[in-house]
Amino acid sequence: MSERRVELQVLRYDPEKDEIPHFQSYTVPFSDEWVVLDALNHVKEQTDPTLSYRWSCHMAVCGSCGMMINGEPMLACKAFMRDLPEVIRVEPLAHFPIERDLVTVVEDFMAKLARVKPYLIPKQRKDLDAGEYLQTPGELKRYKQYAQCINCMLCYAACPEYGLTPKFIGPAAITLAHRYNEDSRDGGRELRQEEIAAGEGVWECTFVGACSQVCPKHVDPAAALQQVKIASTLDWFREHTMPWLSK
Amino acid sequence: MAKSNKPIVWGPFAAGGTITAFVTPVLIVLTLLAALGQSPRALSYDALRGFLGHWLSQVIVFGVIALSLWSSAHRLRITFFDFGVRHDRAVAAVLYLLAALGTVLTLFFLLRL
Amino acid sequence: MAEQVGRRPFVREVPKTRWFLRHPRYRRYMAREVTCIFIAVYTVILIVGIARLGQGPGAYEAFLQALRTPLSIAFHVVALAFSLYHTVTWFNLAPKAMPVRFGETALPHAAVAGAHYFAWVILTVVVLWLAGAF
Repeated sequence: MSERRVELQVLRYDPEKDEIPHFQSYTVPFSDEWVVLDALNHVKEQTDPTLSYRWSCHMAVCGSCGMMINGEPMLACKAFMRDLPEVIRVEPLAHFPIERDLVTVVEDFMAKLARVKPYLIPKQRKDLDAGEYLQTPGELKRYKQYAQCINCMLCYAACPEYGLTPKFIGPAAITLAHRYNEDSRDGGRELRQEEIAAGEGVWECTFVGACSQVCPKHVDPAAALQQVKIASTLDWFREHTMPWLSK
Repeated sequence: MAKSNKPIVWGPFAAGGTITAFVTPVLIVLTLLAALGQSPRALSYDALRGFLGHWLSQVIVFGVIALSLWSSAHRLRITFFDFGVRHDRAVAAVLYLLAALGTVLTLFFLLRL
Repeated sequence: MAEQVGRRPFVREVPKTRWFLRHPRYRRYMAREVTCIFIAVYTVILIVGIARLGQGPGAYEAFLQALRTPLSIAFHVVALAFSLYHTVTWFNLAPKAMPVRFGETALPHAAVAGAHYFAWVILTVVVLWLAGAF
C-alpha cells in the first residue's frame, strides 16, 4: 500500500541571503491526525533544519503558530491535513513584515496592545485588606468572550483595512480595550478613548468582519469594534451637545 | 493622539444604513411597479400630492431621503478608499457636499409642494 | 551584548486596488459596499420625482413616463437586488453591534437578526398595502 504524500509549498526568506522571498517545496507523509504544524516539524526534523517558524503549545492557546495556509490565516496547530488539499501553500501571516521564513515582525502589534492600557484601572482604589473586587456571573459574561484573545494576530492578517493602513491599531487591540471597558471593576474607559477614539483607532474599521471569521477562539472582535464605535459616537454627541454633562 | 471627529459622519451613516435597509427595497418595488405600468394608487399625482401635503409625511420623507444620501455618501467615501483612491479628504469633501446639496434640494422641493 | 544579526524584514505589498479579488470574503464585502451607489442613484430618482410632482401634473406624468423606459426598468431590477443585499448584510451584522441583554442572559444573534427581518416584512407588506400595490 503506497503511503499518501502531501506537498508543502513554504515561503522561505533568509534576510542574509535572499533579496525576495521564494517558495520551496517539501513532500511529507499524510496522516489523519496531523496538523500543518506536525508537517512543518517533520520537515524541520527530517529534511530541512533551517526552516524557521514560531510554535509552542500545539493546542491553540498560545497564539504562536499563526500563518497563511492556502491563503487563509490559521493556526498551524489547528489546520488539519485531512481538511486540506494535497498541495498546501504555507506563508507567514499576511500584513506583517517577514523576519525570516514563516517568522513575522511582531513588535508593532505588541506596542499597540500596550497602548490601550490593557489592565484594570479600578473605579475605586481598594486596599488589599479591604478584600476582593466582587463580580457577579452576569457582570463576568459582559466581557468574558473578549478576554479569550490569545494574541495570535490572525485578525490582523484577515483585516484588509489593516493591510491598507498599517497604522490602524487593529481588532485585537481594540477588543482588548473593550474587554476592560466592559469589566465592572474597571473605570479606565476615558483614558483608553484617547487611543481608541482616534483616527487610527476604531474609525479605520469598516466592519468587513473578516477578523471574527478567522478568530480561532470565537472572540468576535468585529462585534467589540462596532460596540466601541457606537459608544464612541454617543460620547462624541454628548460631549459636543451637552459639554456640561461630561467629567 | 486626538480623538477623531468621525462620529459626526458615522452617526448619520448608521442611522441611514438602518433606514435604507428597512425602507429602500419596498420603495424600489413601488416605483418598479410604476415602471412596469402597474403604478400603485399612491403614486398617482393626486394621491401623492395629498400624501406629501401633510407635514408629518414631509418630515418622514425628508428624513428618509436625507439619511439615505448621507449614509450613501459616507459608504461611498470608504469605497473609494478601498478601491485605492487615497485622497480621502478631497473625496469626503465632494461626497458630503453632494449629500448636502441633495438634502437642501429635497427640503426645497418638499416645501414647494 | 551581541550585536543584532542582519535583520532585514521584508514587507509584502498589498495591491491597493485589487486586494479584494484575493478572497471571496473580500469580494462579498465590496459587493456590500457598492450597494450604496445604487441606493444613492435611486434616492436621486426619488428627489427628481418630488421635484416633478411640484411642477404640476404634466411634469409628473413625464416623470412616470421616464420610469417606464427599459433603462429605468433594468436599473430598478439591479438596484432592488443590491438594495436587498444591503438589507440582508445589515440585518445579519446588526446583532454584533447591539448585544441585547435581559439581566444576565444575552439574546442569541439569530433572534436579534430575526426580529429585524420580521419587522421588515411587516413594514414592507403594510407599505405595499397602503400604497395600493395589491
